[in-house]
Amino acid sequence: MILLTRKIEFSASHRYDNPALSPEENRRVFGKCNNPHGHGHNYTLEVTVEGEPDPVTGMVLDLSELKKILEREVMQRMDHRHLNYEVPELAGLIPTCENVARVIWQLLEPKITQGRLHRVRLYESPDLFADCYRNGARKATA
Amino acid sequence: MGPGANTGALKIELGRRYRFAASHRLHSARLSEAENHRLYGKCSNPYGHGHNYVLEIGVSGEVDPATGMIANLADLDGFVEREVLEPFDHRSLNEEVPAFRDKVPTTENLCVEIFQRLKSFSAAKLERVRVEETSNNSFEYAADDLTDATEVGAHSEGNTL
Repeated sequence: MILLTRKIEFSASHRYDNPALSPEENRRVFGKCNNPHGHGHNYTLEVTVEGEPDPVTGMVLDLSELKKILEREVMQRMDHRHLNYEVPELAGLIPTCENVARVIWQLLEPKITQGRLHRVRLYESPDLFADCYRNGARKATA
Repeated sequence: MGPGANTGALKIELGRRYRFAASHRLHSARLSEAENHRLYGKCSNPYGHGHNYVLEIGVSGEVDPATGMIANLADLDGFVEREVLEPFDHRSLNEEVPAFRDKVPTTENLCVEIFQRLKSFSAAKLERVRVEETSNNSFEYAADDLTDATEVGAHSEGNTL
């Protein structure tokens, strides 16, 4: 099995705030991520697809096809957007790395029909990221 | 598909990177001077040397719907600070970390030691510890490897630096 990884970058703003909590609790739990007007990150997304190379093309999947999927599903939805207000799939969720990575998995998984989605890794910063993968799957390391 | 669908089949792991600087000397009391020199090369020089280490950890667990998080980041950072960064940063691993009094502080052994120190984190499951000794050498130790948490004698710093 071959693992193929494509990396893209997008920029977005977000804010952590749970309406079920009081302002003081939100402040305590989320710290400066609760600041009222939000803040932003340069996100880096690594998408790993698993599969066997096609005997004719030598490819697990056509990278230009993967680029189109990422452009349509991720870039157009999230790049230069406010994740709390402009991404319906994140409605009602705190837009943490964990939740955004899972939503990206759910957006991509049905669209990748050559090979199979193996892992989504979303970096909020170089020192903080979340991985989403199938339970029990041997995941790609760094 | 709604955002909550199919989550049972998915695993979420949070990755976090930290930095510390420390010195070490690779030298085994079980080997002769000549053998130490042959095996560890300049890493066995008598007064030690240092690295800017990068520690990367992965923790998994349920994402709390109230916070969107596996574990509160401040809690995780505080735990790592207390268990690893404070006792290791700007220290001599050989002299100031008890585990390395009689164990060679290779980065293999450092991974295992850090795993042991962090595995009791109560808010999430520690999946893996990865240590970059330099940007060219990194070592990883995963929860699956726990059963053979024995000292690793070899090291891969050698002449590759």
